[in-house]
Amino acid sequence: MNVWIAIGLTVVGCYAVKYAGLLVPAGALERPLVRRLAALLPVALLAALTAQQTFSTGSALVVDARAAGLAAAGLALLLRAPFLVVVAAAVAVTAGVRALGG
Amino acid sequence: MGEKQLVTEPEIRETAASGGRPRAAVVRDALGVGVAVGLSGFAFGVTAAGAGISTLQACVLSLLVFTGASQFALVGALAAGGNPFTAAAGAFFLGTRNAFYGLRLSELLRLPRAVRPLAAHWVIDETTAVALAQPDRKSARLGFTVTGLTLYVLWNVTTLLGALGAEAIGDTRAWGLDAAGPAVFLALLAPMLKTATERAVAALALVLGLGFLPVLPAGVPVLIAALAAPVVLWMKGRRS
Repeated sequence: MNVWIAIGLTVVGCYAVKYAGLLVPAGALERPLVRRLAALLPVALLAALTAQQTFSTGSALVVDARAAGLAAAGLALLLRAPFLVVVAAAVAVTAGVRALGG
Repeated sequence: MGEKQLVTEPEIRETAASGGRPRAAVVRDALGVGVAVGLSGFAFGVTAAGAGISTLQACVLSLLVFTGASQFALVGALAAGGNPFTAAAGAFFLGTRNAFYGLRLSELLRLPRAVRPLAAHWVIDETTAVALAQPDRKSARLGFTVTGLTLYVLWNVTTLLGALGAEAIGDTRAWGLDAAGPAVFLALLAPMLKTATERAVAALALVLGLGFLPVLPAGVPVLIAALAAPVVLWMKGRRS
């Protein structure tokens, strides 16, 4: 049930912000501070989520094969690899390290 | 889902001068982005299944939320034991960037009022990137539509396949599929880290997100990490 509540809220919230963007008069969200904040908010969230999903299990901080996978993804990004290759590199290296007992 | 440089500057100028880009070139760009990112719905389906989300729930998310980072964030937070409100809040904050894409697209596309509620659903990183890369309104509309349609169809089909396949695959961890979520986030984050301000926000958010993880309920540390954005802006304002 909890999952459905979370899904319902996310569906409504995410659609509302998409639609709002198309409807709001251009001036309303054009204030420089609002724009800056809107650009930086995803940076903060994505950084925190990347770190958490790489270095934690539940509420414990851990370093495991995922760290190697993420490093591979980082390398792929530096080499300007396409999106799918970046994700595939992370998955393959993580699986490889685990297969080797890491 | 990352933004890409789709056409080089000189190409834009050339085609703009000759009265718009050829339709084939626009469609090729749009299909390239739509297919590459659409296929990663498979990773979402598998991740969702691994997080204990049912196949129906995963499909509902892809059909009705349709903004990848928010979907990954939601299932990640739920898997970590977050309560539904903090989990949804994280996904929502991540989705707010789509409002700003919408602002730019509404000027660019000038969609008829009746079409807007439907088009809104497709306002995401990729459709915006493709539309903004076009030199004129006609190409932008075509790019937006083709990217949106391709991505929507593939993202939903591959979500279903991923969710169903997760059982057949067995231990998704052994296959390294739990690394797909963070890799998607990193691919989205990387192009945003252009200036010192952005890097400072990312670094502070990382420290906050990991630092509060062991001591606060699941989902809450991410929301605290989001405060890195206003904090860094405020500190920058004080210094200058």
